[in-house]
This record gives sequence, C-alpha cells and structure tokens, in this order.
Amino acid sequence: MQLQAWLLDDSPASRGQAAAGRAYRVSLDLMRNPLALVGMLIILLLILTAALAPWIAPETPVGQDLTRRLVPPSSEHWMGTDQLGRDIFSRVIYGARVTLLIVALVAVISAPLGLLIGAVSGYFGGWTDRILMGMTDVFLSMPKLVLALAFAAALGPGIENAIIAIAITTWPAYARIARAEALTIRNTEFVAATRLLGASHTRIITRQVLPLCTSSMIIRVTLDMAGIILTAAGLGFLGLGAQPPLPEWGAMISSGRSFIFDQWWVATMPGFAIIVVSLGFCFLGDGLRDVLDPKSEGK
Amino acid sequence: MALLSVEDLRVSFPSPQGRVNVVDGISFELGQERLGIVGESGSGKSMTGRALLRLIRPPGRVEGRMRFEGQDLAALSERQMRALRGARISMIMQDPRYSLNPVMTVGTQIAEALRVHEHLPRREVRARVRQMLDSVRITDPDRVAGLYAHELSGGMGQRVMIAMMLIPRPRLLIADEPTSALDVSVQADVLRLIDDLVRDRSTADGGMALILISHDLPLVARYCDRILVMNAGRIVESCAASDLHLASHPYTRGLLAAVPKMNETRAELPVMDRSAWAGT
Amino acid sequence: MTAISLGNVDIGYGGQRVVEAVTFDVARGESFALVGESGSGKSTVLKALVGLAPEWSGKMSVLGRSCVHRPDRDLARRCQMVFQDPYGSLHPRKTVDAVLSEPLTIHGIGGQDARVERALSDVGLDRRFRFRYPHQMSGGQRQRVAIARALMLEPEVMLLDEPTSALDVSVQAEILNLLKRLRAERGLTYLMVTHNLPVVSFLCDRMAVMNKGKIVEIAATKALHDGRFTDPYSKALYAASGGGGSTE
Ligand SMILES: Nc1ncnc2c1ncn2[C@@H]1O[C@H](COP(=O)(O)OP(=O)(O)OP(=O)(O)O)[C@@H](O)[C@H]1O
Ligand SMILES: Nc1ncnc2c1ncn2[C@@H]1O[C@H](COP(=O)(O)OP(=O)(O)OP(=O)(O)O)[C@@H](O)[C@H]1O
Ligand SMILES: [Mg+2]
Ligand SMILES: [Mg+2]
Repeated sequence: MQLQAWLLDDSPASRGQAAAGRAYRVSLDLMRNPLALVGMLIILLLILTAALAPWIAPETPVGQDLTRRLVPPSSEHWMGTDQLGRDIFSRVIYGARVTLLIVALVAVISAPLGLLIGAVSGYFGGWTDRILMGMTDVFLSMPKLVLALAFAAALGPGIENAIIAIAITTWPAYARIARAEALTIRNTEFVAATRLLGASHTRIITRQVLPLCTSSMIIRVTLDMAGIILTAAGLGFLGLGAQPPLPEWGAMISSGRSFIFDQWWVATMPGFAIIVVSLGFCFLGDGLRDVLDPKSEGK
Repeated sequence: MALLSVEDLRVSFPSPQGRVNVVDGISFELGQERLGIVGESGSGKSMTGRALLRLIRPPGRVEGRMRFEGQDLAALSERQMRALRGARISMIMQDPRYSLNPVMTVGTQIAEALRVHEHLPRREVRARVRQMLDSVRITDPDRVAGLYAHELSGGMGQRVMIAMMLIPRPRLLIADEPTSALDVSVQADVLRLIDDLVRDRSTADGGMALILISHDLPLVARYCDRILVMNAGRIVESCAASDLHLASHPYTRGLLAAVPKMNETRAELPVMDRSAWAGT
Repeated sequence: MTAISLGNVDIGYGGQRVVEAVTFDVARGESFALVGESGSGKSTVLKALVGLAPEWSGKMSVLGRSCVHRPDRDLARRCQMVFQDPYGSLHPRKTVDAVLSEPLTIHGIGGQDARVERALSDVGLDRRFRFRYPHQMSGGQRQRVAIARALMLEPEVMLLDEPTSALDVSVQAEILNLLKRLRAERGLTYLMVTHNLPVVSFLCDRMAVMNKGKIVEIAATKALHDGRFTDPYSKALYAASGGGGSTE
C-alpha cells in the first residue's frame, strides 16, 4: 500500500521515482485491459516454455523411434508422434525456443534499423530523405515473402539466414513510420527550442525525435510479430528456414502435410501453436496501442 | 424553443484519487444568440465545448443531457454525429496549429472541409477557398493556401482554422479562444465576420448561434449578448454582457483586475489567490 | 552599449521576402517591444536573430557579435528565446526536470540538481512540478517552464515571442509580474513580440510598430498614455486597442 502510494505520487521527489511511477501506471493500464492481459500471459507462457523446455518436454525433440511412427494423440504422446516416431509435444515445446529466437532477433535487428533510417531521413529531409526513402521504397515494393525467399535462397537455407532475410524485409515498414513521425516532429517548436540551446543534430535525433517514434514502433513491431512468425514458418515450410531435425513449427507443418488427411495431428499441432502465439502478440499489440498511444494517454 | 439546451453536464477523468469532474454539473440554454464563456485556465471551458461535440475520448466520460435542435446528442450514433459535426455544429479549436494536418497544405484542407458537405466543381472550390481566406483578412490568399501548418504565423493559423470551420455554414459555432494570437484590428474584422454570419438570416434556418470561449473579458463583453463565468468546472456567475463590469463574484472581480491597462502605472498586477475559491 | 542591433535587415523564406529593411537598436537592460499586424514578420525577426530563419541579409548583432545563419552554441549561452505557443514548445514525453537539465548537459554545466530547483523557484513553480509531464500542467505553468528553460543558461538577452497571448488574464498577470521581477533582479534585456498594447505599457520602455514586413514607427511607451503616434497605422492600432477612448 505504501509502495503503491509512493509509485502513484502526483509529484515524485526523484527521477527514479518518476520513472518507476510511469512504468507502474503503464502496467496498471495494461492489467486493466483483458485482451492485453491474455496476450501477455500467452507470451509469458512462450518464454517460460522456451526457458524450461528440457524440464517440460517428456522426450528429446530429435529422438527417433521408427517402431511408433504416426501414433495418434494419447495419454502417452499428448500430441501423437510424427513419421519418424518423434514425440510431437516435445518438438512443439522445443520449437518455442526457435520461434522466440527468430522473433527476438528480428525485432532487435530490424526495429532499430528502421527507426534510425526513418528518423534521419525525416529529420533532415531534402537529399538525405530522397536517397534513403528511395532505398526503402525498393524494398517495400517487393512482396515480403518473395523477398525473404530470394534472400534465403541466396544466402543458403538455415535458421540464421532466415532471420536475416526476414529482418531485411521488415525494416522498410518501420522506416516509413518513423519518417512520417519525424517529418512532423522536425518542425515543432520544442525541436527549435532545443536547437537554440546549442544541441547537435545527433542529440536532437536521439533525444527528441526517437523517443516520440518509439511507442508507435513498439505497437507496430508487436503487431508484426505474428506476421514474422508466419513468415518464418513459411520459410520453414518451403524448406528454406530451419533445417531438419531442428524442431521449427513451420518445418513441422511442412513435413506433416503429406499425411494431413489420415494423420491430421502431425501438421495440426504445430499449426495450433503458431496460431496461439500469433494471437498472443496481436492481443498484446492492441493492448499496447490503447495504453501507449499518446492521444489516449494523459490526464 | 432553445437551439441548444444543456442540463447538468459533467465531464470526468480518472485520477489516482478516483474520478474528478473537470466540468461539474453545468446547465444553460442557448437560443439565436452569442454566448460568451470566460474563466481562467483549467476551469473546464474547452472541455464543455468538446463535450457538446462528443469529442472527449475515453477514459474521459460525459454525463448529462444535451439537446440540439430537439435532438438528444447523447443518443446519436457516431455516424450521425459525424454528419452533424462541421455541418451543423463546428468548433474552432484552441490550438490551431495542432488541429491542422501537418503534412497537407492549408488550401487543400479547407477545400476538403468544403467538399465533405457540398459537391462543387473544382474551379468553384478554389474560388470559395480563396474568398474565405480573404474574408479572414489573409492578405495574399494564393500564397497562404499553398503553405503548410508550420509555415503559418501564429495568427494566420488561427484565421485558417476559422476559415475552415466557417466554410460549411454551421448552425452553431463553438469558438475556443479564436483570436488570442491576433492583433486587435484583425481580431475586430474576424469577429465582425463571425457576427455577420450570426445575423445573416438569409439561409433557410436563420443565422448562426455562437459560443465564444475566451479569457479576454473586455472582448467577450463587447461581442457577446450573455456571459457565463466558469471556475473549477462550475458556472459561478451568469450575466448580460453589458453588465460584466458590475459583476459581483470575487472570482470575476479578480479576473477583471488582472487585465493590464493601456496607460498602465501599477508596478505589479494583482494576481488571484486561487486557494480562496478553487476546489483543486 | 547596445545589446541587439539590426541594420537594414531583410528576411525571407524560400526566396519570398517577408521582412524588409528592418533597423533598430536595443540598449542593454532595456525592454523593447515589437508590435504590429498578425503575419507582419515579428516572430520572423526573432527567429532570424537566433538563426532559425537563415535566409537573411543585412547587419545583425547580439551583444557586439555578428549573428550567423544557423543556431550557434556560443550565442545560446548569452541569448535565449521563448516561443509563442506554450502547447508546442515542450517535448510531450519529457518531464520538467528533463527539460530543464537538458541545456546544462549540452553545455557541460554541473550541479544540475540545485540549479533545476532554483530555476523552478525563480519562476514560481513549487517542487511538485519537477517530475510532471507537460500534459499534467496548465498553459500558464507550461509557459513558466519554457521561461525557466530559457533562463537555465543565464543569458543576458531574452527574446520573448508573445509570451502571454495564449494565457488567460490571471496567468498573464503572473507571467508579466515574473518577467518584470526577473529583469529587475538580473538586469536582463528583453526583446518582446506582442499584439497587446496594454502589455507593452506594463513591461516595456520602447516599441517598434510593424506593418507588412516593415517597421513603420519606433516610439517610447509613453506614447501609449497620450496617443502621440505619427504613423497612420500605429494610430489605427492604438485606436482599435481602445486607446484614447475609455476602456473601462
Ligand atoms: N485527458 C485529461 N485527463 C485528465 N484531466 C484532464 C484531461 N484533459 C484536461 N484535463 C483537465 O481538465 C481541466 C479543464 O480543462 P480545459 O481544457 O477545459 O480548461 P480551459 O478552461 O479550456 O483552460 P484554458 O484556458 O487553459 O484552455 C483542466 O484542469 C485539465 O487539467
Ligand atoms: N517556415 C516558413 N516558411 C514560409 N513562410 C513562412 C515561414 N514562417 C513564417 N512564414 C511567413 O512569414 C510571414 C511572417 O510570419 P511571422 O510568423 O513572422 O508573423 P508574426 O508577425 O509573428 O505574426 P503573428 O502575430 O500572427 O504571430 C507570414 O506571412 C508567414 O506565412
Ligand atoms: Mg481551453
Ligand atoms: Mg508570431
């Protein structure tokens, strides 16, 4: 109770308290939003599953046993087994690691890249803008999956290359968003006022422009996560992403598609995992939009 | 019958200490007249205007009855409300340069406002935009029509906003600090333009009614018929405009005393002691 | 000694000239007003002085140093500007504390904590406001933060662009009192843009009247008491402001 009062104090006494209070308020708002809560739970579950995979999964994801091929779901194998007799439940659990890795790396590579390129382009305008945005448009005008395919094909199949390919195809959208925001921010009086204080362009971009772009960026990235997972799965499905025997959900669906009519569970179970995680990110993204959107914020 | 009647209007926002009413149960009626709302910063003037147009976003909440031309505003669907905004009731926002679209030229935006409500050939739209900018005393309308919001001077931004809101000929105009950045002579012209629209009975349903929100007491006294004085979300005084100098509430008197004079000799202006009557 | 001097200055935007042949001097410690029609280029003159309107020609200097065509780090410490619009001049995601410490960080000045506290008390805001965001403050409080930011570097010259036009009379009175007090305490020089003649009468010593990009008259504030203007535009402005007749 005392802690809460400290956090919600209308006039905090120190920078730390102010920052903690803001974080607390955002999380309170998130908690109040049921969809966001569901999304957060799903993602938390994903993270826990990935971290604790060896303890949760009953078997190793690669252990083959040809004597029990394509066993339907039962109390022994919750999700059945695949054509090589591997336990699908264990593979789905380990697959969470791969998915999380893809999502995290793509976000870490493409969001900052797009943010920086967009902010620089919008802030300076003129030739800088024309060149950077020309480049962005070239990437943006190609269908995402086809471009990722081309990159993956050129770099060779494999999970790292799939990640690079996806990252390369996602940044242009972020650059566009950041540029649109930077374009309006650069003409504001608070930027003019900061320039008058003697601040350099670098400082203005990092301290004034970027913080204003980030919340729309976070929302966009979260909403895009579902698409990223699907693209990764798509690459896996086409054999250009994760390579066997790595338990990647898309690749699992791909290998199960030949038995989809008789042994439905082989393709369905990983597909189900993809849907649940994608939905989780969508829900969280929507919730974040409600909470972080500057227009709905404020007292 | 009154054009607009407001009964026990409340606007509240959540705060860590529970919901606070920033507009706290105000009631008034408006006929074919010019109503001024004055009061100091944060007293809830703008929120009253926004509530009438249902522009308060969640988590803000509006309660109370508002009837406009016999319709219950609270009962209208969002779609009907959109049709009403701009066409029947329009509002000049307090921060014009924020309310304008930063990446669209001024001319395009005004044309847009016109086109939503009327279908006119492009030639005519151009002419109407020009004429409107001209009537708010913008000296070279053709140049200004091609500028972006940040390229306008403070006063031009306000006038562009006024032009945009007047062009569809609304029945009720809510003007929130419409002239705070204008010098007196332009201000007089702009107010005269608004006044002409109020008096112009040539349109089918008579002239326009006006709610003028302002902190400039002499101005409101000059241009309105009736004045409401607001403080901390309530109406503390209501009087005919011509009687403003006779106002009795200490809050109103405080506001009047704080206005500097043309031949100012006081070394310091009296400021209000807010603790005396403000609830917040 | 002159604090600000302009000699025959023309200013334009994108090739279009909006201010023509402006000439005036402001002495140290003086408070000088720029009044006139909306759109006549008053804000533009201030922006050119600090380098935000880079297309100018002529001679301009602040505190004896010639002005350059972009914002200048050295000038920043001696001359600061307060903008027309308190809703736009503060970063929406920064607390008052962050806004006020930024100039200190940029110029590598230490003792930030104490300085920020002092600046707040100088402009009459109590400590509760230190970690608030702009949306948690009223227009008048924001404008005071903007003034405090301009004062952080302890400049000698302040350029004030309509510091009170967006504020209600009670807050305007507070800000005007504050500006008057600061000037008396620190010997500041003000160049202030306004369209409100009574404000000039309260705060300034001399005024220049601008119309259509030119200065039509420079007069002492005393002219506001007796209406002795020579130019027809200034006379009209004076009359329209209720001068000469009785206001109340
Ligand atoms: N989103 C919000 N959340 C909480 N409180 C708000 C919000 N928006 C406005 N307020 C509060 O509502 C009150 C009334 O605001 P309003 O904008 O109506 O004031 P005003 O009378 O128009 O003042 P001004 O003359 O400064 O424009 C203020 O105290 C303000 O702090
Ligand atoms: N960035 C810009 N680009 C192009 N034109 C501009 C720009 N900024 C201002 N102008 C033009 O310069 C002229 C003078 O503008 P300025 O802002 O100096 O007027 P002002 O005297 O301050 O008026 P106000 O009292 O309305 O603020 C206006 O015609 C305006 O359209
Ligand atoms: Mg308001
Ligand atoms: Mg200006």
